Amino acid sequence: MGVSLEHYFVLSAVLFVIGAYGVIARRNLIVVLMSLELMLNSANLAFVAFSRVHNDMTGQVFMIMSITVAAAEVAVGLALVVAVYAHRGTLDVDILKILKG
Amino acid sequence: METVVFYIFAALAVAGALLVITHQNPVSSALSLVLTLFSTAVLFVLLLAHFVAAIQILVYAGAIMILFLFTVMFLNLHPEALRFDARNMAFKVSVFLVVLLFTGYFAGMGFNKAFPGGSAPSPSPEGFGTVEGVGRVLFTDYLLPFELTSVLILAAIIGVVAIAKRRES
Repeated sequence: MGVSLEHYFVLSAVLFVIGAYGVIARRNLIVVLMSLELMLNSANLAFVAFSRVHNDMTGQVFMIMSITVAAAEVAVGLALVVAVYAHRGTLDVDILKILKG
Repeated sequence: METVVFYIFAALAVAGALLVITHQNPVSSALSLVLTLFSTAVLFVLLLAHFVAAIQILVYAGAIMILFLFTVMFLNLHPEALRFDARNMAFKVSVFLVVLLFTGYFAGMGFNKAFPGGSAPSPSPEGFGTVEGVGRVLFTDYLLPFELTSVLILAAIIGVVAIAKRRES
């Protein structure tokens, strides 16, 4: 019955790598945030798959916590995006080099 | 049957993820992200995590994506602010990451006989993944972390208001 649970972990790794590529390669701040969401989502998939492996719902509880953290992170991130765009008129990540001390 | 559903929605999830990082327009990226999140929700159902699948659609594909779309449309970006230019370094760094991550995955558990996921999933106990089951764990063993999450959300709300508020100068 069903697929082997390893398939879910491989899929999770693939999604994580795609998200990591987006964070590294893209310069649009909003797309970088979306790629971060992809990485968080792949971690959630791993959490739920492990919860199925061990037949223990703790993994699902952690996934709910992770969603909460993701929501808070997106809210703060998008507020920063709005602030950066209001001040600089662009969303290029590279202009944030001015934050360097 | 379950295998077919898995492969269809796994392919959709990967396709959505690829579209997220290749689209030039953030609105298209956001809609592709919805595809990925929805496909992941279907996979959660296959993993018998029904409550979490519902949460995924309501909170992630619903609330968070609306927030993204709202911001993109609120900013009303210039077309020249949207050009897609991947960094030269990015591809090399990503290939390195892929090799590293997959080596770790397969060395750590893929070929490890002690890893319980190597076989087909075992039958799950009664009430696994339902609202009652997850709620019972959430409100007994993890009550304190659950309450602390509300502090996190409060901090996020205050932070967002402080950051995004217009300053009168």
